[in-house]
Amino acid sequence: MSVQWDEAEAREIVRRHEGREGRLLPILHDVQASFGCIPDPAIPFLAQAMNVTRAEVHGVVSFYHDFRDRPAGRHVLKICRAEACQAMEGEGLARRLLDRLGLEWGGTTPDGRVTVEPVYCLGLCASAPAAMLDGEPMARLDDGSIGEIVSEVSR
Amino acid sequence: MMMRFFVPRDAAARAVGADKVAAALHDEARRRGIEIQIVRTGSRGLFWLEPMVEVETPDGRIAFGPAKPGDAPGLLTAGASHPLYLGRPEDIPFLKRQTRLTFARCGIVDPLSLADWRAHGGGRGLERARSLGAAATLQEVAKSGLRGRGGAGFPTGIKWKTVADTVADRKYVVCNADEGDSGTFADRMLLEGDPFALIEGMAIAGLAVGAAKGFVYIRSEYPDAVRTFERAVSLAEADGLLGAAAGFDIEVRVGAGAYVCGEETALLESIEGKRGQVRAKPPLPAHKGLFGRPTVVNNVVTLATVPWILAEGAEAYSVLGMGRSRGTMPIQLAGNVRHGGLFETAFGVTLGELVDGIGGGTRSGRPVRAVQVGGPLGAYFPRALFDTAFDYEAFAARDGLIGHGGIVVFDETVDMMRQAGFAMEFCAIESCGKCTPCRIGSTRGVETLDRIRRGERVAANLELIEDLCQTMKFGSLCALGGFTPYPVMSALRHFPEDFVRRARAVAAG
Ligand SMILES: Cc1cc2nc3c(=O)[nH]c(=O)nc-3n(C[C@H](O)[C@H](O)[C@H](O)COP(=O)(O)O)c2cc1C
Ligand code: SF4
Ligand code: FES
Repeated sequence: MSVQWDEAEAREIVRRHEGREGRLLPILHDVQASFGCIPDPAIPFLAQAMNVTRAEVHGVVSFYHDFRDRPAGRHVLKICRAEACQAMEGEGLARRLLDRLGLEWGGTTPDGRVTVEPVYCLGLCASAPAAMLDGEPMARLDDGSIGEIVSEVSR
Repeated sequence: MMMRFFVPRDAAARAVGADKVAAALHDEARRRGIEIQIVRTGSRGLFWLEPMVEVETPDGRIAFGPAKPGDAPGLLTAGASHPLYLGRPEDIPFLKRQTRLTFARCGIVDPLSLADWRAHGGGRGLERARSLGAAATLQEVAKSGLRGRGGAGFPTGIKWKTVADTVADRKYVVCNADEGDSGTFADRMLLEGDPFALIEGMAIAGLAVGAAKGFVYIRSEYPDAVRTFERAVSLAEADGLLGAAAGFDIEVRVGAGAYVCGEETALLESIEGKRGQVRAKPPLPAHKGLFGRPTVVNNVVTLATVPWILAEGAEAYSVLGMGRSRGTMPIQLAGNVRHGGLFETAFGVTLGELVDGIGGGTRSGRPVRAVQVGGPLGAYFPRALFDTAFDYEAFAARDGLIGHGGIVVFDETVDMMRQAGFAMEFCAIESCGKCTPCRIGSTRGVETLDRIRRGERVAANLELIEDLCQTMKFGSLCALGGFTPYPVMSALRHFPEDFVRRARAVAAG
């Protein structure tokens, strides 16, 4: 999903949010949607476009867990590690999944197919353990459904 | 005659296959030449029965669940003999025992149909607020006794009055839909199942305090909620419920994965496009909030309850509840629980009744050992405290909190030292970094608990944990650092055996 930095596209994103109050977060979301991450050149570009310092833009980007500095794998699997999922043995399940993929939390498989990240609650806590694959919710997970996930992301 | 089916579009129903069930119903009906309509509703909140399919009959809706795609052929002609037959949803004990005011429409209406919403009483609250005017609307909200459902339980009427009394060129209504607490999903269910209730509540707030603009800050972990709510806002604009004629606009903002942005001042910073760092108070957001203007910040449930209060009257709301906790609370049963879901009820029901009676004990079938109430900053309670009434003050009196109403159930396999360690770890991960006790103390807490686990100087390290908790409690600007001691100390106080026994076992090799 890695996309080349394209200043014209970035300018278009900024233009789309013209006149909005406090537009940096929506712009960053759009930049990440277009480029798969917040590429390095985006920092000085946005600083200039919004008339703030580079340090300020960088400070915002680094504060939020969602923003990446490099693109993720083709699939992103977010596994919930919060209490309700812990109560349903989500940690053990996650560990087995990571082992099958040969990954640690936050890691991407060498073939770039999947990134596995922790998430702290998806609001699916009555159907724990839960996860989200490419934005799609999944719940009541067990070793069977985890196996299906592995084959889906390995395709 | 066309048959009408109802299949939830709620994320927790989709997460267990609701879309596939709806598609299978559709395909099967087409194959057999039966004309059906499938309405995608929110969820009723009986999550162990999802995907729960309902079919319209002359006697009302009849429910079946939990359904799989393979059940579609049978469901097209199913009756009371079907193995998934549940009868009328309203008669299922879990629903029958509830008092659904805020969630009255959730799971019943098409969340994106204004006609449905109106047919089920939507809009009456705003209409009454308009005829009452700002001052009398404020009075209704105050008289109802409604307190903030986001966690702190601050009286909503007082907050609104403070903003109404300010003079400013602009004021804002901000809805906190960051719902980061584990074990909670009430906000998500409303955003996905009855978004117009929130829009109506915000419009009433705007009218009462003199604000023409609202922001709804939804966490990025809720893409379904963002999609549905954004769509609802466009529909409301096209309808005139929002926009110039209505005198109120709403803009949706999406968070970026930071728990602390649920804290109201961090949330305001985030909407302003900054790091989500907590502001020192004073000034209160009510005086100097978003972009320095007077701002009402309220939780989704708080705002979505206001239309009911205006439509039915403050009195009808305040007669429910106990003590200073008036009205109803959508309690969320989660984790290792047999009947997990949303249970809206008047304050006052005991914790034991909720967990054992309504929740039906654990899903694993093993005994319940602990419950965490009120999210990651809430205390762990043992069975010995199950007589505690669900009420802000009753929980506070036992060093706990009800927070946003989540109850996470754990069975006897839980390791409470590990839960204490997670509380510290979560604080370390999510700290906004402003206060040393929160930022550094939590990391030291994780290390110290690790030492106890390894059996190193257990007594001295347990004392150190208590000291750290004291420092965090009194030296933190907000409840992230300030309340993390609740889960840690409650685990230690109520389950000391998990700390000492395990440590001893390790020491003994
Ligand atoms: C760390 C932290 C996280 C919070 N998260 C939320 C949240 O996700 N949703 C929410 O409504 N309130 C949250 N709160 C409480 C808010 O600061 C604030 O009290 C609330 O939004 C006010 O609305 P209410 O009066 O309607 O409850 C949080 C507080 C803290 C300290
Ligand atoms: S207690 Fe923690 S999260 Fe709260 S303001 Fe201080 S450092 Fe930030
Ligand atoms: S705790 Fe895992 S979905 Fe809420």
